[in-house]
This record gives sequence, structure tokens and C-alpha cells, in this order.
Amino acid sequence: MGIFLFSLLAILCVGGVLGLILSRNQAHSALFLVLAFASLGGLFGLLDAPFIAAVQIIIYAGAIMVLFIFVIMMINLEQGIAPERKRWTLGLSAVLAVFLLIELGLAVRGTLGALGRTGGESIGDPKELGRLLFTDYLYPFEITSVLIIAALVGAIVLVKKKEKE
Amino acid sequence: MIPVSYFFGLSIVLFVLGIIAFFIKRDLITMFMAIEVMLNAANLAFIALAKAAGSPAGQVIVFFIITVAAAEAAVGLAIILLVFRQKKSIKAEDMRLLKG
Repeated sequence: MGIFLFSLLAILCVGGVLGLILSRNQAHSALFLVLAFASLGGLFGLLDAPFIAAVQIIIYAGAIMVLFIFVIMMINLEQGIAPERKRWTLGLSAVLAVFLLIELGLAVRGTLGALGRTGGESIGDPKELGRLLFTDYLYPFEITSVLIIAALVGAIVLVKKKEKE
Repeated sequence: MIPVSYFFGLSIVLFVLGIIAFFIKRDLITMFMAIEVMLNAANLAFIALAKAAGSPAGQVIVFFIITVAAAEAAVGLAIILLVFRQKKSIKAEDMRLLKG
């Protein structure tokens, strides 16, 4: 059962990212990405992280991707989507990607066997996560709130139209 | 149960796909989405390793990554919007003010 769910979600996730790459329409790309992020949320659930799974779906697949779709809507491209890069660039990037995949695989090969399996005692209890956030990770948590305020103010100041004098 | 290494392998595949998307796409918004894919691959690796280590610390890190990604998306999209207003284009090749 678990392995079936994992394969289904993994295929959906990789398929979503492939759809992002292959689609020429930005809005379709964004929707494919929503699919990928939602299935990634399911994978987080399989890894004993129910709270992160909910956060992933609400914040990533919900809020951030809606932001993307809003911007795609505001940038209304009249001339349509430009054609892809030249063929040899595509081939070169595919070859380099395969090399990177092999390299990453070799780098983690030793650790992969020792990772164990899912199941056993639960670690992603929201209560425990909240306690950690407000005790051991209090300073990062507070700094993150400052970061968010800065990003919010920065985004508003950047996009605000200049007043005409 | 499912071996944690499967999740780790999936995260590597997602990261590489994100890099491919970043390099073969030409418009800034899709390149930005590719960055989000890479961030999510890192999140998956963190959660898989948190499970393997039996400690929730990895999940707390993922919180921070998601928060920073949200802030980054807000600022990045604002910059893209600004670039579009100035140049009427979001193609990456059109951003070449620094090119000699």
C-alpha cells in the first residue's frame, strides 16, 4: 500500500515538473507546478510529517503559486511565448544534467543504504514541532519574521507606481 | 514500509529536473518556478533525512525554507514585474545591460 502510494505520488510529482519543462504556456507551467507541489505534500505525509504536508499544500501550492499566477496574469504577453533555445543548447544541457544526476547519485550512494525505512515511531507531531520552534529555534524564528516584514515592504516599494508630479 | 532512500533518490531527480528547467527555459517567470522546484527538492531531502535520523529538527528547517521561499517569491516577482514595465519583455536574453 505504502509503496503504491509512493510510486503514484512520485510519478505525479516528476510528471508535473516535466509538464513545467515541456509546456510553452506559462500559466500551464504554473498549474503543472501546483500539481507537483501538491503531490510533494503527499510525499511529506508519507514521511511522517503531516504538519509540513499541510503547510506545503496551503502555502506552496496555495499562496505562492497563486502569486505566480497573478503575476503571469499581469504580464500579458502580446507576442506569445518565444521558441525554445537552439537545439545544441538543449542537447548540451541534457548531457550535463545526466552527468549531474550521476554525480549526485555517486555522492550519496554510500549513505543511501543506511537510511532505514519509514514507519516506526512518529516524529512529525505538530505539538513537538511547535515546542522546538519556540525553544531551540526561537532566534531563527524571530529573525524570519523580520525577514518577512522586510520582503513585504520591499515588494510593495518596488512595485508601487511613481506618483506623477 | 518504504525505504527512505527512495525519497532521497526522488529528491535528487527533482533537483536535476529543476536545473534542466532553469537552463532550457527562456522567460524569467518559468526560470523562477524552476528555482522553486529545486528548493522543494531540498525540502524533500531534509524531511527524508529527518525521518532517517528520527529527529524533528529537519522538519523545523523545512519551515524556515518555506518561509524564506515565500519572501523570495514576493521580492523576485516584484523585480520581474519591474523589469517587465521597463523593458516590455521577460525574456532572459533581453537582460543584458551588464554585457560588454
